[in-house]
Amino acid sequence: MGQETVIELKDVTTSFFSRKQELTVVDGVSFSVEKGETVAIVGESGSGKSMTSLSIMQLVPAPNGKITNGEIIFNGEDLLKKSKKDMQKVRGNDISMIFQEPMSSLNPVYTIGEQLREQLMYHQPFSKREAHEKGIEMLEVVGFARAREMMREYPHRLSGGMRQRVMIAMALSNNPKLLIADEPTTALDVTVQAQILDLMRGLSKDYDSSIILITHDLGVVAELAQRVVVMYGGQVVEEAKIDEIFDKPLHPYTEGLLNSMPKLNEEQTRLESIPGSVPTPDNFPKGCRFVTRCPYAMQVCTEEQPTLLEKETGHKVRCFLHEEGVGKDGEYERSS
Amino acid sequence: MANTSEALKSEMPESKHDEKILEIKNLKKYFPVKSGILQRTKGHVKAVDGINFFIRRGETFGLVGESGCGKSTAGRTITRLYDPTEGTIVFDGEDITKKKERHLFNLRRDLQMVYQDPYSSLNPRKTVGSTLIEPLKVHHIGSNLKERKEIAQSIMQRVGLNPSFINRYPHEFSGGQRQRIGIARALVLQPKLIVGDEPVSALDVSVQSQVLNLLDDLQDEFNLTYLFIAHDLSVVKHFSDRIGVMYLGNMAEVANKKDLYHEPLHPYTQALLSAVPKSHPREVKKDRIILKGDIPSPANPPSGCVFHTRCPYVMDVCKQVKPVMEEIRPDHFVACHLHNEGTTTLS
Repeated sequence: MGQETVIELKDVTTSFFSRKQELTVVDGVSFSVEKGETVAIVGESGSGKSMTSLSIMQLVPAPNGKITNGEIIFNGEDLLKKSKKDMQKVRGNDISMIFQEPMSSLNPVYTIGEQLREQLMYHQPFSKREAHEKGIEMLEVVGFARAREMMREYPHRLSGGMRQRVMIAMALSNNPKLLIADEPTTALDVTVQAQILDLMRGLSKDYDSSIILITHDLGVVAELAQRVVVMYGGQVVEEAKIDEIFDKPLHPYTEGLLNSMPKLNEEQTRLESIPGSVPTPDNFPKGCRFVTRCPYAMQVCTEEQPTLLEKETGHKVRCFLHEEGVGKDGEYERSS
Repeated sequence: MANTSEALKSEMPESKHDEKILEIKNLKKYFPVKSGILQRTKGHVKAVDGINFFIRRGETFGLVGESGCGKSTAGRTITRLYDPTEGTIVFDGEDITKKKERHLFNLRRDLQMVYQDPYSSLNPRKTVGSTLIEPLKVHHIGSNLKERKEIAQSIMQRVGLNPSFINRYPHEFSGGQRQRIGIARALVLQPKLIVGDEPVSALDVSVQSQVLNLLDDLQDEFNLTYLFIAHDLSVVKHFSDRIGVMYLGNMAEVANKKDLYHEPLHPYTQALLSAVPKSHPREVKKDRIILKGDIPSPANPPSGCVFHTRCPYVMDVCKQVKPVMEEIRPDHFVACHLHNEGTTTLS
């Protein structure tokens, strides 16, 4: 793994504005991705993980959504300072994205070939013929046996797994430095998921590309990622190397997520679960956002927000249990 | 068919655990494909193509398979939401395959369903109360509104909903809470069998485990039998006693969960299990089988064994002869030529 940082997010904050209020969906998120590294952003629906990725691409739904603070350093430049036109050159070229819905991400009225060629010719000085050959090559990379015929097919003729492979071929065709995969396998069956994960694993190995993998499935994380960022309520609550997350999670939310995952190779009589559900941005508790569901909640958690601290090298956590001077002087109280 | 099951029942009256509450024999459901201005039938989508299995009283039977394998159609045919094309369904000692809709009234009470999508399976214009009270009214349970309201509220309490929310509308609840409403609606008539069609797959992991634990508790309390349809093998393994694996309208393997997960016999089951993501980064998956190609169309299924186009151990016989379900070991049924010794010779 190289030590070259590909992208660094510093205190990125994204809000949605309505006439009445401002809802902060991404709240001061900071993390970085090294070259050749796969970083997973994990969280349940409403945790702000997809909004973080849309913020990187600057595709936050306008005009209500806005990135209000922070820096996104990519290639030594702040992406947030780029003009719309410059940003368009970055998208699909330096940074590519795969979306969750392979059904709706392809244009139904154009063939696969037309869609592949269009974006190749936009970013690179290819002739139509060259773009066509390159497109076929990319389809072969993602495992299509009949790539040449596939160029003439319309999206509706393909299955979900095939469409997702076309999306990956498209995302990779300009050799992006960073690939953002937003729930790339959620809509797919397990056997197809295994195909796609296998493909993505090969890509980060062969092309040394960095991947930001956004998912709620800890199994997918265990398969692909080297580092994990856990999000809850728009904030990063824990960040660590993959083994540390699975072996000794520090945040009660991470612990709860791991425990509520049914495991194939273990006998469990009962699943542990986290009571309640994820709060919506207009309903965040005043103190720690996890306080209403946390089994270890203390008095201080309801009043103040914990800060993200580096507990050990490369292992950050946002929780009062791990802050110095708190929870030791008899203040430790179980709520509920 | 009703007689055979009746006979079975009388043979072993005391062993309650062996009593079959549901028995499916050679069940088929074909949907016609129509085209042209005359809407002539051009062929059939063989969604369920002759499956056999049974469910014992009080157990949870998991039905797994990938999208398009016919597991949901099977569930809907068993509850008689679809009319079966062929085969027999024996529920609680009674053949319900050919019963007319007006005779299904009592069956509807005993056989309830919980659906996948908690957002679209509840009527947005009805309060929780009226959703729960309507079935009571239809089935003449409780003599007046006050009594029915009490029944509804006690069920709400039981599934973990605040009974004072009885006048709220579905949009005021989260996904997990809505699924609890769906469960309460299925439970309010005190059914014998609940068919859950992917009841937790639309929920977040932390909420999913809440709902699974709830279903588990309710099973003991109300002596329920579950037919649990799902695509997530880890969830099915956790939740079921016996499991059936479907592929392209056919049942590939039926076994209790221990045998199925430790010693899967059908190549498809093996591939399916090996494709499940590992639960720990250091877990070593032994030889992952990655299936080539896509699931064929059920409108034009392959000849012989439907899995032969993707099977790593395909033999000549597989392309011509459809394997039959055989009990290879006690309570372990497989439909595969690799294991069916007697049928491997071409007839």
